[in-house]
Amino acid sequence: MIAIIDYGAGNIFSVKNALDYLGFESRLVSDKESIIAADSVILPGVGAFPAAMKKLEGTGLIDTIKSEAQKKPFLGICLGMQLIFDKGYEFEECDGLGLINGSVRKMEEPELIIPHMGWNKLEKLNDCPLMNGVGGNEYVYFVHSYKAHCEDKNISAYCEYGGRVPALVYDGKYVFGAQFHPEKSGETGLKILKNFGGLK
Amino acid sequence: MLAKRIIPCLDVRNGKVVKGVNFEGIRDVGDPVVCAEEYNKQGADEIVFYDITASFEGRGVFLDVVRETAKKVFVPLTVGGGIKDVDDIREALRAGADKVSVNSQAVKNPQLIKDGADIFGSQCICVGIDAKKIADHKWTVYINGGRVDMGIDLIDWVHQIEKLGAGEICLNSIDADGTKEGFDIEMLKAVCDNCTIPVIASGGAGKINDFYEVFEKTGATAALAASLFHFKELTVGQVKDYCRNKGVIVR
Repeated sequence: MIAIIDYGAGNIFSVKNALDYLGFESRLVSDKESIIAADSVILPGVGAFPAAMKKLEGTGLIDTIKSEAQKKPFLGICLGMQLIFDKGYEFEECDGLGLINGSVRKMEEPELIIPHMGWNKLEKLNDCPLMNGVGGNEYVYFVHSYKAHCEDKNISAYCEYGGRVPALVYDGKYVFGAQFHPEKSGETGLKILKNFGGLK
Repeated sequence: MLAKRIIPCLDVRNGKVVKGVNFEGIRDVGDPVVCAEEYNKQGADEIVFYDITASFEGRGVFLDVVRETAKKVFVPLTVGGGIKDVDDIREALRAGADKVSVNSQAVKNPQLIKDGADIFGSQCICVGIDAKKIADHKWTVYINGGRVDMGIDLIDWVHQIEKLGAGEICLNSIDADGTKEGFDIEMLKAVCDNCTIPVIASGGAGKINDFYEVFEKTGATAALAASLFHFKELTVGQVKDYCRNKGVIVR
C-alpha cells in the first residue's frame, strides 16, 4: 500500500487518481500507524513552504516521516519535494525535513515569467530508478515559483528555465523528490509513478 | 525550455459540451468526458471546463464531469464559470480541478483572488479577463460573458490582479472571439508586456497559423481555443506539429 500523506495541502486526489489508474493500492493517510504500515510514502503539496511545514507539524507526523523515509521509498511532489530539503526561504526562513541537503529559494532570474508554469523537458543528470524508460525528449508539468538548490549528485533530472531547475532529486537510497507533478504529466508522469510504485 | 501550451476549452451546459459564437447561438457537440479523453490523446497540454450552466442542479452534473475526467486524463484541468467564493474554489479542486478560472466575480470582488491565492496557492488561481477595445491602445474589462462594460482599464486591472496573487491570466478578446480571424495580437502584446505572470491567449483562433503568430508576436505562453477543436477543423496535434516545424517549442 502506498500512503499519500493528507495534511491539508494540495490536490491529493489527483495523486490518488493516478495511482488508482495504474492499479496501485493507495490510501490518503494522516496517522503514524498507516505510514509505518505502508510499503511506500508520497508527500504531496501545493502552497507556501512555511504554511505547509506548520500543517505538517500540526499532524505530529514529522518524526515518523523522517524515520520511515530511511526505510522505504518516499516521494515528495512539488511543494512536497521542496519540503525534503533542509531549509526554505519563502516569506521567511523555515526548517524543512532535511532528508536531502539543500535549500529552496525564489526563482529570481530577471525577465522570467513566474510561476514557471507548463511543460518542460527533463534532462537527465544522474541515474535514478524513477527515470527508467523515460527518454531524452519527454516533458513534464511544472508549476512553482521557488526552486531547490542542492548538490549535483542529488539531481537525477533537471529542466532549463532561467538556468537549471532541479526537477527530480534522489538521495541514492529511498528519498525522491519531483518538482513537477507526475500525476499531471501525461504518459511520462504515469511512467515515473509506475516506477515509484514498483520500488521495493 | 518551457513549451508553449495548446489548451482546448470545453463549454459545458447540463453535462453536455456546447460552443457559442460571440457568446450566443449555442450548439451541442457531445459528452465532455469523451471530448477531454480525445483531446488528451491529441496532446492537449491542459483542458479547460467552462460551466455555462446557471442552475444549482447543473453545477452538480458539471462537477461530476470534472470528477470523471480526472480519473482518466492526467494533464492539468481548469474549471471556469460559476466560481463565486472560496467554497466554490475548494469544491472545484476537490472534484479534481488543478486550477480555477475566475472572471466576473473577481471583478466584482477582487479580494476573491487574494483569498483564493492565500488558501490554495497562486498556482491554482487563473484570472479570466474579457476585454474590448475602446480606443487606440486602450481596452476595458467586461463581465457577465462579455455583456457588461465595467469601465475598468485593462492594464490597470492586470496590475491589480497580479498584486492580488493571480497565478495566470486567460485573456479573451471580445472583439476577436468567434471571428476566426486570429488572436488579438495588439491586446495580448499590451498585457504580456505589462505583467510577469503567464498569459493564455483566448479568442479568435481560426486557422493553424494563428497559433504560430500569437507565440511569435506576443509573450503568451499558451493559446486556448474551443470551437476550432470541437468541430474538428483542426486537432491539437496538427497545431502542435505546425508550430514545432516553425521552431516553436511544444511538447
